[in-house]
Amino acid sequence: MTLVEKILAAHSHKKKVSPGEFINVRVDLVMANDVTAPIAIKEFQRIGVDKVFAPEKVVMVPDHFVPNKDIASAEQAKLMREFAYEQQILYFEVGQMGIEHVLLPEQGLVLPGDVVIGADSHTCTYGALGAFATGMGSTDIAAAMATGDIWMKVPPTIKLIYNGELRKWVSGKDLILYTIGDIGVDGALYSAMEFTGEAIDALSMDNRFTMANMAIEAGAKAGIFRVDNKTQLYVKHRAERPYLVYEPDNDAEYSQVIEYDVSAIEPQVALPHSPANTKPVSQVGNIEINQALIGSCTNGRLEDLRVAAQILKGRKVHPRVRCIIIPGSQQVYLDALTEGLIEAFIKAGAAVSTPTCGPCLGGHMGVLAADERCISTTNRNFVGRMGSPKSEVYLSNPAVAAASAIMGRITSPEEI
Amino acid sequence: MLKGKVRKYGANVDTDAIIPARYLNVSDPAELAKHCMEGIDIDFVKKAKPGDIMVATTNFGCGSSREHAPLAIKAAGISCIIAKSFARIFFRNAINIGLPLLECDEAVDKTEAGDTLEVELASGRIKNLTRGMEFRAKPYPEFMAELISAGGLIEHTKRRLANRRI
Repeated sequence: MTLVEKILAAHSHKKKVSPGEFINVRVDLVMANDVTAPIAIKEFQRIGVDKVFAPEKVVMVPDHFVPNKDIASAEQAKLMREFAYEQQILYFEVGQMGIEHVLLPEQGLVLPGDVVIGADSHTCTYGALGAFATGMGSTDIAAAMATGDIWMKVPPTIKLIYNGELRKWVSGKDLILYTIGDIGVDGALYSAMEFTGEAIDALSMDNRFTMANMAIEAGAKAGIFRVDNKTQLYVKHRAERPYLVYEPDNDAEYSQVIEYDVSAIEPQVALPHSPANTKPVSQVGNIEINQALIGSCTNGRLEDLRVAAQILKGRKVHPRVRCIIIPGSQQVYLDALTEGLIEAFIKAGAAVSTPTCGPCLGGHMGVLAADERCISTTNRNFVGRMGSPKSEVYLSNPAVAAASAIMGRITSPEEI
Repeated sequence: MLKGKVRKYGANVDTDAIIPARYLNVSDPAELAKHCMEGIDIDFVKKAKPGDIMVATTNFGCGSSREHAPLAIKAAGISCIIAKSFARIFFRNAINIGLPLLECDEAVDKTEAGDTLEVELASGRIKNLTRGMEFRAKPYPEFMAELISAGGLIEHTKRRLANRRI
């Protein structure tokens, strides 16, 4: 069995599971946010049970439109908050919250070998920890909150092997953009992506989170990494419960095996309006920008901010550009502050915000007007994703976004 | 039996196109329906008639997990969606809320915007009345059919929990 099959078998009381099989899976954590929880709560109440299956295994994070951007979003956050208090589930208020997919691993709420479902498509982020994590809708979350399990179809696994050594300024973001550019936005539809190879072994946890995060952008059900020393080091002081490490069998069956030589890959940019519309940054041409956004569940971790600061420190954001930097959690914010990164950002002329998903989905804190262009370290550049349907979003890693903020046009960090 | 005019779309219709996130500060389906397809088809809401059928090529509903997307489509009066393939979260969401989806390559290839289709969900039979053609959608796996006949996931869950208590 593959890594994913091992985890799913263990969570469905089966010795073996195979791709295509329908199974009922026990979940270790169920998650919703301020956009998806209101519907989940309404549906949960229709089921007719009083209590969630286990309050310590249900978590709600207000992060999309908080701090509340308007009255309607305040009402949604309020509904979720009241449910969380009533049910005594895990809840992180503004001031403690972070972007859910940055926050949950950081808090030790997701551990290797877990099955996690979340009412947010980027729930697949937790695959970086060797967990099986997948996004679902509000009604699925409602059912799981009542029963503690959920139906799934066992996905086939695609094995992606990354050989070679990364060039300077090339990160996990570039590997996943390159991969999506290669296989397409439905290249892994209904499948799990297992990321392996020497370049993956060398990758930091923050970069692995970035890669797993965007598995959904290839249509995948999950993205997953094997647990190694780096994973163990990450979870060791965070875990407050035991966890199991699963390994794929030597004779595991993969639906596809894809190999890449990463030494040939330069920083990637996904042009409008698809994450698969990728080009090496050197071939993007002269694209002037109005905004640069560094943050999100994809690239809002400490290492991302360190890379951005390396470029922004002692330099100035282009006068025509709004550079917005959003640490993914209060801990990331505090660490960045302690390390002097925030000071570097502010001195460079960047705006720094409290954690929020805000601008990534055109919510608040950096919405685009018609004909505006943004280089963004986020995960989607669909039509109207960050605001006006006539605006454009270019996806990149934090180094490219920071360099572009200085130059006022999309540029390679090499040019700085 | 469903009958309606076709509204046709291409590949990778994403959830931001179906219902832009700026409208997700509410979850009332009727409110969401007012902005349905706004991202790629600004006239959709004006033109869509109750019973209309959406037809699209591959990976329909890709992107976000927002259940608001199928809710908006359903509340806009669309009776079912026929595509070559659906994004997986959208697929689950639609089945869960009772918006029928059918997968059929041939029906998609041989149907144009404005055609009139007749769809029999139980058998998966799709008739193009405009062109006098008939197609057969992929049957649902047994478990999915059970879920649909129960009336969606919430009803299915109610039954499961009732059986547990016995």
